[in-house]
Amino acid sequence: MDAAPAARLPVVERAWHRFSFAQRLTRFVVYLVIVAAIVLSLQTIEVIPEFLYDAPEQMADLFARMWPVDWAYYPESVHAALMETIHIASLGTLLALMLALPVGILAAHNLVPFTPLNLLARLILVSSRSVNSLVWALLFVGIFGPGALAGTLAIAFRSIGFVGKLFGEALEEAQPGPVEALTAAGAPWVSRITFGFWPQVKPAFWSIALFRWDINVRESAVLGLVGAGGIGMTLDSALNLFQWERVALILVAIVAVVVIAEVVVTQVRKRVI
Amino acid sequence: MLELRRLSKSYVAGKPVLRDIDLAVAGQGITAIIGPSGTGKSTLIRCINRLVEPTAGEIVFEGRDLVQLDARALRRARRHIGMVFQEYNLVERLTVMENLLSGRLGYVSPWRAWRRKFPPEDIARAFELLAVVGLEGFELRRADALSGGQRQRVGIARAVMQEPRLLLADEPTSSLDPKTSVEIMGLMADVGRTRNIPVLVNMHDVELARRFADRIVGMSGGRIVYDGPPDALTDDVLKQIYGGEGWLH
Repeated sequence: MDAAPAARLPVVERAWHRFSFAQRLTRFVVYLVIVAAIVLSLQTIEVIPEFLYDAPEQMADLFARMWPVDWAYYPESVHAALMETIHIASLGTLLALMLALPVGILAAHNLVPFTPLNLLARLILVSSRSVNSLVWALLFVGIFGPGALAGTLAIAFRSIGFVGKLFGEALEEAQPGPVEALTAAGAPWVSRITFGFWPQVKPAFWSIALFRWDINVRESAVLGLVGAGGIGMTLDSALNLFQWERVALILVAIVAVVVIAEVVVTQVRKRVI
Repeated sequence: MLELRRLSKSYVAGKPVLRDIDLAVAGQGITAIIGPSGTGKSTLIRCINRLVEPTAGEIVFEGRDLVQLDARALRRARRHIGMVFQEYNLVERLTVMENLLSGRLGYVSPWRAWRRKFPPEDIARAFELLAVVGLEGFELRRADALSGGQRQRVGIARAVMQEPRLLLADEPTSSLDPKTSVEIMGLMADVGRTRNIPVLVNMHDVELARRFADRIVGMSGGRIVYDGPPDALTDDVLKQIYGGEGWLH
C-alpha cells in the first residue's frame, strides 16, 4: 500500500526523425539534381516562344482541316492497309514466339545450368530489346526492300527480347519440386521440360504472348513511316500530301483497331488463364 | 541390394553434413531413419539417387556404384528407384492420371510423352494403382484440387508406377495430420510388402516410426548412432539420438 509508485524513468528528451541526417542530405541532393536536370533539358530543347504561343491556334487550324473526315477513303485504301498492319503484328508475334521459346529456355539457369549459354541467350535478348522496332524496320527495309516482310521481321526481332526475357524469368520462378520428382523418376531433359516446367509456365507464356501481340498491333501501325508496310505507309503519304481529312480517317482507324485489340486480349486472357 | 559405403557429403567444404555413413538395406520392409532436424536425414535419402551429389563414398545399388555413373546411366538407374516427397511434388496443373503417368517418363520417349501417347499397359497400371491407393475415379481431377492426404497417395502411386526395386521417402508424412499420416505409412508398408521391395523412409515422428518400421536407424550429427529393431529403441537411445531428456514423457 505504501509501496512507492514504480520508479519512473527520468523523462529524457528523445528525438525521433524519420530520416537520419545523411538520408535527409541525400534526399535534398537528389531533388536538387532532378530540378537541375529539368532546367537543363528545357534549355537544350530550345523552346521557341513564338511557336509555343502559336500552338493552340495551329492546333485548331489542324483540326479544322481534318474535318470532315474522309470516310469514303476507307474502302479505297485504308482497309487493305489496316489488314496488312494486323497481319504484320500477328505474324511477327507468332514468329517471335517460336524464336523466343528456345532462347528463353537457354536463358533460364535452372533448365540449362551452363552459364556461358545463359549469357549468350541474355545477349541475344538484350540486343533484340535495345533496338527499337523502327530501327529494326529500317534495317530490314534496307535488306528486303520496303513492304510488309520488312515490317513483320522488325516486329518479330523486337519481340524476341521481350517475350524471351519474360518467359525465361517465368521458367526460373517455376517450382523446383515437381521437376525434382521427374528427375528422380529418370525422366529425360525434354520430358522434364514438357511435364515439369511447361504446365507451370503455360499461363504466363500465353499471357506474355497476348500482351506482346497487343503492343505489336500498335507498333506495326507506325512501321509504315519508314516504309515497312501497313497503315503507316498510307498515313505517311497522306501527311506528305497534306490530305488532312484522310489523316483524320487513318488516325480514327488506328485508334479503333487498338481498342478492338485491347478488348480481344482482355477477353481471351480471361478465358485462357 | 543397396549398400552405402563411407558416404560423406559437405555442402560447404570442411563442414560435413554426412560423415562416413555405412548402411546396407536389403530384402523388404520399412527402414525408418530418425534424428533431429538438420542432422542430414534428407541429405542421406537424396544422396542415394543423387538428387544431391555425395562428396565421397560409394552407393552400391544392385551391384553397381551409382556415384560412378554418367548422366545417361544414372537416369536409367533412377528409373528403378521410386521416391516420395514431403511436399508431394506433384505437377499441380496436370491431372491425377498425368501425374501417375509421369512416373513412366523414364521409359517413354519425350515426343510420345508430350502427345500423351503412353503404352496401354501403363494406363491400365495407373488405373489399378488408383484403386490401390483409394483414389478410384480421380483420374481426371487436377492435382491442385486434392487434399494433402490425396496428393500424397498420388505421390506414392506415381513412385510405384516406376515399378521400383527400392522406394525412398523423404518425410512423407510431415505435412499431414496424424490420422492421414498413419494411413499413408500403412500404404507405404503395403507397397513394400506386396512388391517385395525395401522402403527407406526418413521421418520426424518417433512413435510413427516405432509403429511401422521393421528397422530403425538413428542419426545424430551426420553419423549413424543407432541401428536396430524398434523394440530396442529405449529412452537411453533416444537421448543419445536427440540429446536432452526433458522432451521424453
